[in-house]
Amino acid sequence: MIIEGKQRIWADYQKEIADDHYFYVRSCIRQNFFPASEVTFWKIIRDYVHKDIFENEHHSSCSGIGYHSDVVPFTTTQAVVARQFALMTENGYKNLTSSCITSFGVYSEVLETWKNFPEELERTRDILYKATKREFEVPENVAHTSDLIFKYRNQINDMAKYRLVNVKTGEPLNGVEHIGCHYAKMFPSKGVGGAEHPYVLAGMIESWGGRVVDYPERRACCGFGFRQYFVQANRGYSVACTKRKFESMEPYKPDFILTNCPGCPYFLDRWQYVIAEMEGKTYGENGYGIPVLTYEELAGLVLGIDPWDLGLQMHQVSVEPLLDKMGISYDPVKKYLGVDNKNIGQPTCPSVLKV
Amino acid sequence: MGKLYDMLKKDVRYQEALKACINCGTCSAICPAASFYCYDPLEIMEIVQSQNETQLEELLKSDKIWYCGECLSCSTRCPRGNTPGLLIMALRKLSQDTGLFVESEKGRQQLALKRAIGDNIVRTGYCIYIDTMKPERHPESGPVYEWIYNNRDEVMKRMGANYKGDGPGPMRNIPQETLDEIKKIFDLSGGTELFENIEKYSEQKAKEMGLQFDETTDCEYFNEIFTKTTKKHTL
Repeated sequence: MIIEGKQRIWADYQKEIADDHYFYVRSCIRQNFFPASEVTFWKIIRDYVHKDIFENEHHSSCSGIGYHSDVVPFTTTQAVVARQFALMTENGYKNLTSSCITSFGVYSEVLETWKNFPEELERTRDILYKATKREFEVPENVAHTSDLIFKYRNQINDMAKYRLVNVKTGEPLNGVEHIGCHYAKMFPSKGVGGAEHPYVLAGMIESWGGRVVDYPERRACCGFGFRQYFVQANRGYSVACTKRKFESMEPYKPDFILTNCPGCPYFLDRWQYVIAEMEGKTYGENGYGIPVLTYEELAGLVLGIDPWDLGLQMHQVSVEPLLDKMGISYDPVKKYLGVDNKNIGQPTCPSVLKV
Repeated sequence: MGKLYDMLKKDVRYQEALKACINCGTCSAICPAASFYCYDPLEIMEIVQSQNETQLEELLKSDKIWYCGECLSCSTRCPRGNTPGLLIMALRKLSQDTGLFVESEKGRQQLALKRAIGDNIVRTGYCIYIDTMKPERHPESGPVYEWIYNNRDEVMKRMGANYKGDGPGPMRNIPQETLDEIKKIFDLSGGTELFENIEKYSEQKAKEMGLQFDETTDCEYFNEIFTKTTKKHTL
């Protein structure tokens, strides 16, 4: 193999990620279900890798979940996205980073549409100005927040207190990575590794000492499906898709699942509870489930942040089996306490899934 | 070409989605929805390409266009750069603009999505918001979610969120002036019109079906469309 040729082939799978000065837009789902992940992300970017990141309180939902539930027209979504860009421009930023994968896909789609249909861009500028008197520049760089953790993965490893290694056996832990569909399936050039060889999460696992598990349904959707989950009558679709993934990964005995979409960890976590209740089936060891983590949570564990400060008590599947394998010390008594150790009760136990 | 096809053609997503389909069926092979529902994205591509107005109207009235989960896996795999999922989105918009969505069981569910997701965006600035996600509507979320929901003030504070607070941070109150701007964007860009269409056609359908209808998420019609399946949709 000629090295230059190999490098040229793989050049198509690289993605430019801005070095500093990020305008941050939040994720509706991550804020509701994994708020500590967003808090941890800020801590890592500001306090550990010392980069400038900024949030404007006036930004909003990008409307992407509504767009993909088909109740928000594309014209409206373009204008809501343009408003986020206007806030970025007004605050002197050129690099946008999004916590949400649906949003990231929407930003990518809107920017591609404006390239191919300049009249859509002009119409959007007109609507935004009439509605808000705001104007905007398109971002120079758009990155998902997992791109940033990927970019700084080796720095994080240099500061690591724990690694993805079984402390009892010395063997690397087996990690399943699950990439959100809207990260790169529609616009492969927007993701690290494209749609065929996504490396954004695999790179983190490898840098932090783990082993990436390949399995047949690795690239399949988690089954969220927007209307397929939000409408109760459709949820069979969602759980069926997720179950197919679990059945496919089970023989490889994963120690954890790592995700970059805010929705996927929720479904991969909660459907394990549902499958256990419905069919008595669990996918982890000894009646437990397979712990499902956000990349912020995994980076936080590697850096030695307390698991309960990372919000791991908000998961239905217990993360303790993974903490034990990594040799992380934690106080089980503090798991469900509120601020200042206030007693706010505990969740009831599922009837099948061990917690 | 007829009226419906002319309307569809104006959607920029139609132009992006359908370029040169060779009817290979790769989209159907990769599609998660096609492995669960009686659904075949290739059939949708073929009907739209036929430009047959009668077939298109039947499609817009049918459950078929509501099975897709919009994962867009079809986009990655199509050897000719088409995106059936994007075409589905254009068809769904057309079905709602023309009121044909209420003719199918899956289409009628759009009212639930409008009230659960759409209204949230305009009222709160969030697509989903914990206060409106009641555990009884989400038994699959498990006992841990019930605990979070019942103690959300404390849990959010423990997580470092700025729940219902002013200023930046996760779960902050989105300021009223921001919500006013969002509402104006919806008014000027067709978002409010789509909401009103969904409500109007749903109310007419509820009357036709003899189901009580009001603006809540607890009326007979809402409960019917949100929870019930009266025919076989799956393989």
